[in-house]
Amino acid sequence: MDLTFNPEHEVFRAEARAWLAAHVPARPLPSLDTAGGFEAHRAWEHTLFEDRWSVVSWPTEYGGRDVGIFEWLVFEEEYYRARAPKRVSQNGIFLLAPTMLEYGSEAQKARYLPPMAAGDEIWCQGWSEPDAGSDLAGIRSRAARDATGQSWILNGQKTWASRGAFAEWCFGIFRTDPEAERHRGLTYFLIAMDSPGVTVRPIPQIDGETGFAEIFFDNVEVPEDQVLGEVGAGWSVAMATAGSERGLSLRSPARYTEAADRLFQLYASRGGPTASADAVAQAHMDAEAYKLHTYWTASRVARGHAVGPEASCNKIFWSETDVAIHSAALDLLGPEAELLEAGAPGEWLDGYLFSLAGPIYAGTNEIQRNVVAERLLGLPRG
Amino acid sequence: MDFAFTEDQEALRDGVRIVLDTECTPDALRAFDIADEAGRAEQSQNRWAVLAELGAPALIVPESADGLGLSDVDLVGVLEEAGRAGLPEPLLETAALAAPTLAALLPDPAAAAALAALVRDDVSFAVGGIDVTPGGLVSPTEVSADGTLRTPRVVGARDAELLLLAVRDAESGWQLHAVAAASCTAVRTPALSASRDLSTVQWPLTSDTLLAYGVAADAAVGLLADRAAAGTAALLIGLADRMVALSAAYAKDRHQFGRPIGSFQAVKHLLADARVALEFARPATYRAAWSLATAQPTLSHDASMAKAMASDAADLAARVALQVHGAIGYTWECDLHFFLKQTWALSRAWGDAATHRRLVLAQLRAR
Repeated sequence: MDLTFNPEHEVFRAEARAWLAAHVPARPLPSLDTAGGFEAHRAWEHTLFEDRWSVVSWPTEYGGRDVGIFEWLVFEEEYYRARAPKRVSQNGIFLLAPTMLEYGSEAQKARYLPPMAAGDEIWCQGWSEPDAGSDLAGIRSRAARDATGQSWILNGQKTWASRGAFAEWCFGIFRTDPEAERHRGLTYFLIAMDSPGVTVRPIPQIDGETGFAEIFFDNVEVPEDQVLGEVGAGWSVAMATAGSERGLSLRSPARYTEAADRLFQLYASRGGPTASADAVAQAHMDAEAYKLHTYWTASRVARGHAVGPEASCNKIFWSETDVAIHSAALDLLGPEAELLEAGAPGEWLDGYLFSLAGPIYAGTNEIQRNVVAERLLGLPRG
Repeated sequence: MDFAFTEDQEALRDGVRIVLDTECTPDALRAFDIADEAGRAEQSQNRWAVLAELGAPALIVPESADGLGLSDVDLVGVLEEAGRAGLPEPLLETAALAAPTLAALLPDPAAAAALAALVRDDVSFAVGGIDVTPGGLVSPTEVSADGTLRTPRVVGARDAELLLLAVRDAESGWQLHAVAAASCTAVRTPALSASRDLSTVQWPLTSDTLLAYGVAADAAVGLLADRAAAGTAALLIGLADRMVALSAAYAKDRHQFGRPIGSFQAVKHLLADARVALEFARPATYRAAWSLATAQPTLSHDASMAKAMASDAADLAARVALQVHGAIGYTWECDLHFFLKQTWALSRAWGDAATHRRLVLAQLRAR
């Protein structure tokens, strides 16, 4: 057992830290859920990509550095430490890419991964539907082969697609066999958002910004080579994405340790009020425990083992930790907490609103608890 | 970076689990619960002999002092198994507290003699005289007019031949003593869990038993408290694991409304919350063991964090386990109460979760 990073990791850390210090914008970018902010964040993705920092763990041929999981964690630690911009390409690089690297054809990887890494093509996720949220297998949007057999025709409606208002591409699951049992007969598609028949209706979020969108599909033609994985295997392909979403890649621990550090600074700057002591200490410990758990899992992965069903605990823990950190900060701010000011108060308020989405997206925490109970504890399905 | 146990460490833990699965069954805990003091002493001596044969008490004593020369990272899995089994004997006090504390004081002759008794004669140790509070360590020992000391809640005195006792006075700081059982009087303090062997010990303060004083004793007692927090966290992780496993098994077996109660989300979510808390307390506990083994500057922080998280995880597991078992869990007949009672005691021993949260904050302030 060794919990220190080795010298190569530290060299990598120093390189990342120096690059970030020289390149992270001095002023925060405008919100990525506005048209201007979206493009500003895309420009930041270009900057990252030019020096091969946008997707460090990917193979070099697709724009990465082919580094291991610990280097990725080190990079994330430095990224959050530098308070660098949010990743507008997050859905693509963290959710779709791991699935594509596993299930995609060579041609698909060569076509889609480099522009994804560069931020030239931003992806949104088309999974949820008005009647298929937690019950994802209840998807009703459908795809059928056209007369030539070379293309698919998509019809239906997706919703809550983060980045959907501005994205160029969408990865989505559609029902290709209406006769099949719920989890079968689904297929995973890659869809250009400028395809004829695609209509996007932005949805203002709780903060008034258009963070997500509804997407309507009206006889949208999608070529055969934009199916990811086998036709009819969409559920298992999607669960691979869900695995990375809940597992290691969606929420790196650095995000929480950085926020918990800022929370402690806020607490100290307010004179260390006793009323907040428990919450501040617990936030620090939970963030650090998530980091340690990630190191634990990453060590398994580095030894060639699978992530394991324990990863189903992750999403519950990081999402609730995030709410607790931000809620503790608002308590410390007290009467200032509601102010929409630039700087600290507004930032904590933004973070609080964002954190509240965590227990809902990527499979609600109630669904996650069912998964933990059934897969880890072996309890019978209800 | 390799946050994992070696195959040898896993094998050691598995070996201990197999032995405890035979030697420390729920039936054995029940027999222990109803035995009188003499009966308990006999059962403990028999079980201790098996543990000694495994080398468990001297696991982290250096080979130069005839121990196994392993580290806290090897020991943490053994302690976790002791917790899972509900082991009543003072393995924590002997293997994780007395042994390394004495080894660190070598070549001091008193420490060497005490350590030799632990290694060669397989004696178990009692430990006491330190309370952990949000403000730091305090000495609960009372001093009588005749110079006799009276230390409450000493753990493991029934079977111990030697007691590792700490005492502090305001002027000279901490002192650490190794006191022979023959030279003190231990009066058993009844406790909720039969597995908690607590005594009030009267002992004479003499230089003959002195192991350390002044700065050296302050450091040794501080380290001992960190060891105790980290080691108790490991016991609690084992207990939490056991209670969650017992409850999941019961929820699969017990039927109401024509279905296993474990198929109801209300029950699933209780158990899932306990399982998640355990999942994240565990690496914090293993990290504390590594910080002990490698003398990290963050040790006090890491030990307090482990104890806070393990105490909370085990308390939650206990609460959930009793609720999932329902009325049967409230009976003496059901095995669950052995683990509940140990949890309620150990979650507060060496500082409860709230105390350790304050200690973590103090460590953060000092960074």
